[in-house]
Amino acid sequence: MVKTPDIDTVWQWLDQVPDPEIPVISLVDLGIVRDVAYQGDKLRITLSPTYSGCPATRVIEEDVRTAMRDHGIERLIINQQISPPWTTDWMSDKGKAKLQDYGIAPPSAKGQPEACPICGAGVVSLVSQFGSTPCKAHWRCEECRESFDYFKCI
Amino acid sequence: MGDHLFEFLLRQGDNTLILSHRISEWCGHAPIIEEDIALANIALDLLGQTQMWLGLAAEVEGAGRSADDLAMLRDAWDFRNAILVERPNGDFGQTMMRQFLFDAYHVELLNRLANSTDERIAAIAAKSLKEVEYHFERSATTVIALGDGSEESHARMQAALDDQWTFAGELFETDAGDHALNDAGIAPLPSELRAGFNTRAIAVLGDATLNIPETTFAHSGGRSGKRHSEHLGHLLTQMQWLQRAYPGATW
Repeated sequence: MVKTPDIDTVWQWLDQVPDPEIPVISLVDLGIVRDVAYQGDKLRITLSPTYSGCPATRVIEEDVRTAMRDHGIERLIINQQISPPWTTDWMSDKGKAKLQDYGIAPPSAKGQPEACPICGAGVVSLVSQFGSTPCKAHWRCEECRESFDYFKCI
Repeated sequence: MGDHLFEFLLRQGDNTLILSHRISEWCGHAPIIEEDIALANIALDLLGQTQMWLGLAAEVEGAGRSADDLAMLRDAWDFRNAILVERPNGDFGQTMMRQFLFDAYHVELLNRLANSTDERIAAIAAKSLKEVEYHFERSATTVIALGDGSEESHARMQAALDDQWTFAGELFETDAGDHALNDAGIAPLPSELRAGFNTRAIAVLGDATLNIPETTFAHSGGRSGKRHSEHLGHLLTQMQWLQRAYPGATW
């Protein structure tokens, strides 16, 4: 009989799979892994898309499939679940801290960046409500004058 | 009910698909790079929503067609989008005015659909609403900035509003199918969305120092498919040419 990994182990593996567009955080940090369970002899992983048109959604599915195969999982079902819709509230604190270190201001309940992720100054202004990916907006620090990405709060 | 539901889903998916395509025509041409990126991102959100709406339409139809088939292999008379979204982009101001009018309607609609008795529709609406609230916030801000801007931008925005106001009316047109869906708790009557739309329009257009035209005339024929404008066919020749020229082509 083939030994099946326990659920916690699978979560740890998923926490090693980087987000394709922001590779410093994992899929688990991003809060898009909704559920891991066995369905009969198959492993079932349920994911939530971030933005409905995000081109990374398909890449993420492939990355999960590849990672599981590397760990010897061949019988895999990946579900996409849109309800309840993904929210930045599901992002982990570890993920938010990594975003900050990477130079992306993490989502904030204020609806705008708490501070410049580069110099830490609090006076920042909006450049554009959209940025380099669907999940980000473009801001500028009024102190160090650097522009930076802000992970939008949804 | 099945036919009404299919028609309803086409109307949702065709509005988001055609508007998405129109906005994407700005890619590489917008006045500044931030606007270029913003428009492309909004087009992407709408395209994602299209996949959900037309995906469900295909499932409900049960004829073996996919969302891609519905998007790429139907002709103009089978599309059910409102004429507003197929109109040419015009200048940047006209594009933003059209976006604002559609977004104001779209937020009102999705707010109601999020409580649909059809769980699949409620899920798509709840997901889309988060994105569309953001679209509304942006288009409203831009309409105010341009309307209450320079003499030139104000004049262009007033012209855009005068030009497009009569095309917004079709979004609230209500037929027998809408009544059947409303009776089943699946979707609101489009006519019920008008009051909420008006409140949004009056507030934002007031701040933008623009005058709402007094006419109550509304162009019609898109959501019924009976009389699209000549612009839709031209749009489809661009959007569908690859699948028409190379049937079944994939990446």
